[in-house]
Amino acid sequence: MNALLEMKRITKVYPNGVVANQSVDFSVARGEIHALVGENGAGKTTLMKVLFGLERADEGEVFYKGEKVDITSPSVAISHGIGMVHQHFMLVPSLTVAENVVLGLEPRRGISLDVKAAVRRTEELAEEYSLPVDAAARVEDIPVGMRQKVEILKALLRGAELLVLDEPTAVLTPQETVELFAALRNLRERGHTIIFISHKLREVKEISDRVTVMRNGRVVGVVRTAEATEADISRMMVGREVVFRVEKPPATPGRPVMRVEDLRLVTDAGKEVLKGVSFVVRRGEILGVAGVEGNGQTELVEILTGLRPPSGGRVLVDGEDVTGADPGTIRRCGVSHIPEDRMTYGAAAEATIRENLIADRCWSKRFNPRVLMSLKVVAEHGDALVREYDIRARSSATPVKMLSGGNIQKVVVARELSADPKVIVANQPNRGIDVGATEFIHRKLIEKRSSGVGVLLVSADLNEVMSLSDRLLVLYGGEVVALFPDASEVTEEELGLYMLGVKRMTPEEMAGAEAASAGGRADPSDAEARSPAVGGGAR
Amino acid sequence: MNGTTRTTDYLFQVYRTLIAVFLALVLGFVITCFVSEMPLEAFGNFLLGPLTSVRRFGNVIEAAIPLVFTGLAVAIVFQASQFNIGAEGQFFMGAVAAVIVGIVLPLPGVIHVLVCLAAAMAAGALCGWIPGVLKARLGASELVSSLMLNYVYFRLGVYVINYHFRDKEAGALVSWPVRETSWLHQFLQPTRIHWGILVVAAAVVFVYLFLYRTRWGYALRMTGLNINFARYAGISTASVIVYSQVLGGAIAGLGGAVEMLGIHRRFIWMMMPGYGWDGIIVAILARNNPLGVVLGALFLAYMRTGADIMARMTDVSAEMVTVIQGVMILLVTAQAFLAGWRHRIVVREATRRKEVPQSEGAA
Ligand SMILES: Nc1ncnc2c1ncn2[C@@H]1O[C@H](COP(=O)(O)OP(=O)(O)OP(=O)(O)O)[C@@H](O)[C@H]1O
Ligand SMILES: [Mg+2]
Repeated sequence: MNALLEMKRITKVYPNGVVANQSVDFSVARGEIHALVGENGAGKTTLMKVLFGLERADEGEVFYKGEKVDITSPSVAISHGIGMVHQHFMLVPSLTVAENVVLGLEPRRGISLDVKAAVRRTEELAEEYSLPVDAAARVEDIPVGMRQKVEILKALLRGAELLVLDEPTAVLTPQETVELFAALRNLRERGHTIIFISHKLREVKEISDRVTVMRNGRVVGVVRTAEATEADISRMMVGREVVFRVEKPPATPGRPVMRVEDLRLVTDAGKEVLKGVSFVVRRGEILGVAGVEGNGQTELVEILTGLRPPSGGRVLVDGEDVTGADPGTIRRCGVSHIPEDRMTYGAAAEATIRENLIADRCWSKRFNPRVLMSLKVVAEHGDALVREYDIRARSSATPVKMLSGGNIQKVVVARELSADPKVIVANQPNRGIDVGATEFIHRKLIEKRSSGVGVLLVSADLNEVMSLSDRLLVLYGGEVVALFPDASEVTEEELGLYMLGVKRMTPEEMAGAEAASAGGRADPSDAEARSPAVGGGAR
Repeated sequence: MNGTTRTTDYLFQVYRTLIAVFLALVLGFVITCFVSEMPLEAFGNFLLGPLTSVRRFGNVIEAAIPLVFTGLAVAIVFQASQFNIGAEGQFFMGAVAAVIVGIVLPLPGVIHVLVCLAAAMAAGALCGWIPGVLKARLGASELVSSLMLNYVYFRLGVYVINYHFRDKEAGALVSWPVRETSWLHQFLQPTRIHWGILVVAAAVVFVYLFLYRTRWGYALRMTGLNINFARYAGISTASVIVYSQVLGGAIAGLGGAVEMLGIHRRFIWMMMPGYGWDGIIVAILARNNPLGVVLGALFLAYMRTGADIMARMTDVSAEMVTVIQGVMILLVTAQAFLAGWRHRIVVREATRRKEVPQSEGAA
């Protein structure tokens, strides 16, 4: 085999003494799509940062195109033809797509940026690689799927032959993933080589030629994708059997605990993002919100949790009107929130894990027996959650910024689920989490729901919403276009039609669905009447 | 297990600061060689002068006291990720308030001192409250407002002293002396070290406990680290912004009072004394740590005293210290300075420990 890249005996020790890579051998053949998998904190991102010159290896050598190279910085990596799309995006939100793509290589006219040339260049490139983007739009206004493409275009413009994608699909909808994969195959045809990191083994199976599996900073195996099953790979990753399906006892919904009435939002730019959204979340049920990203989900969650006031409508939690209240007030009413973006809202990166874990309960008597805060109780609380949620860190006194992406997510989830809430608003709770931890968090959410908590689950992962939710609603263009009283009887195809706005239910149909589910596990047949659903759906 | 790296980390910070200081001093010496006929003598005076007599060493302590207060005041506000260049005016107004109470109220011994200190803290807190509220309510930049307010406070203070408390018998523009009951007595002849040193100690301990051991300090630090996160978690970031400025103002005001009651005993400043600006330097050197503030203040005071001695004894002016100061701050605040050296130590330690640390976390 013709190796394009060979990394030999790479060892990387972080400043805090964590050995993230230990004598790792990693090799990628020219023209292949090579998947890199492993549990959260296994060292995948670190290895790629070493390759891209963002971190210096303490030992080891890198051979590229048969020659030993010394990659001291990203610009050296780029000059060799190596490009990287990071786990946490690195675009400038206030600039346009074209400006981001040409950033640093700007076509100039006199001293000013030649905007037209930039847009033209971006469009040509997008055309050439069939990665359609809206070159003139601002990055902050475009959906994540498109941001992904922008990142890829950015790397391609800089002449990347070897492209590293760190968890590119974590936030994509199935449709977006399909598009991305088509683009990746196209790139492979044209002779590019791709390293693909993902926790979704189904995708790994689908797209990759070979897989390298990492565990605890070491490589534990390299296999041809065709010769291994998902179960094989996950066994190598975790070192034990992984259960893919979580047992879900039937829901016994109680009275409504969160009621949303005619919620409206018009942005400062005059865009109508939410056009009268109404629904209820009952005790003891998981209400799933499906929808293509950018149809109002983010804003809906921000309103429900107090991060943003609505332009109209009401939000009631346990009968109390909390419309437009601040996040603290809403939390005190019993709402906890797993945010979409863990680095912006979910955590203070510089603070320790245990400090992050008390953020919402720092006023509690438990931590403040007298005037002073009891550091001992804070530490015990942190240690207990680190153990329970299997957060991989040296201790709960480690700063959060030193954790791997998935482990940061676990810190957020641990805090929110341990808050003893009445309602959990979870937006992409499994973003970037490995199979084992996903299973664990699903079990936790179901456990909470069975103990009488209401859960509102927003997720771009169709599999997740369908298998976890009891009831399911679809958000399209800022409106609820469908409500299914029994999520297990919906097919992916049908859901897709509603999500893309091809079909929509009438208000009467939805009211019927509402009534059907209000009576406990009533026969949902009336709402399902027009559904062509057949068995063999999600569960 | 975590201990080793924590110690390495801490030692590294100390070494780095020491090396920065050393390099700055070397540079200072080189400059001295250029400007002086007697560089060795000048630099010797600068470096060792403060140690040559008890009185001179006393000067170091005296000079450090106000710097600790303003250093603490700035550090508190910096930890909330707010700017603070208002310490100057707050310190000034604290001094004005203390002097007025010291002149006007006939009170017995210790009580008089306490009332003066309280008045100064109230004045400082009020001065800090204004930019805090402007920021929290109206989103006005505290950088601009606290800077502008410094001038307002300064003029206001000078006006009040000049028109209502001016001692016309004294040859200069100064206030009446404060009553002796309000003095913080100097207890260590021949130095002017006074009981204000107890107030300093109390302030340091208080600020430390406040920041690291109370819920309010926690909320303040989280707001400083990530304000979006703090708001999301239910912390009222608007009130954090206000109380951090109020507390900073109170501490700075307290410093003004201590300086007045312990050293001058009458109002003598017709120019801004500059302690607020120095407080920013001290807070940066201390990386906003209250305990570090004490060291930073002592260090800056030592350099200032040394510079004074040098200027008096030789042909080099005291301004040279400003150069050394600048280089030092640059080096101490530069994140990358010596980072490679530190990393080698860490790697050596991690390899020596042999085991893979991650296995600790693994099931
Ligand atoms: N900046 C850092 N400082 C200290 N330790 C770090 C740092 N970044 C990562 N680590 C540690 O290195 C190990 C490997 O992290 P890495 O980010 O490479 O994991 P990963 O395989 O990408 O995981 P994930 O799937 O969660 O993204 C983890 O134990 C992590 O705690
Ligand atoms: Mg990662």
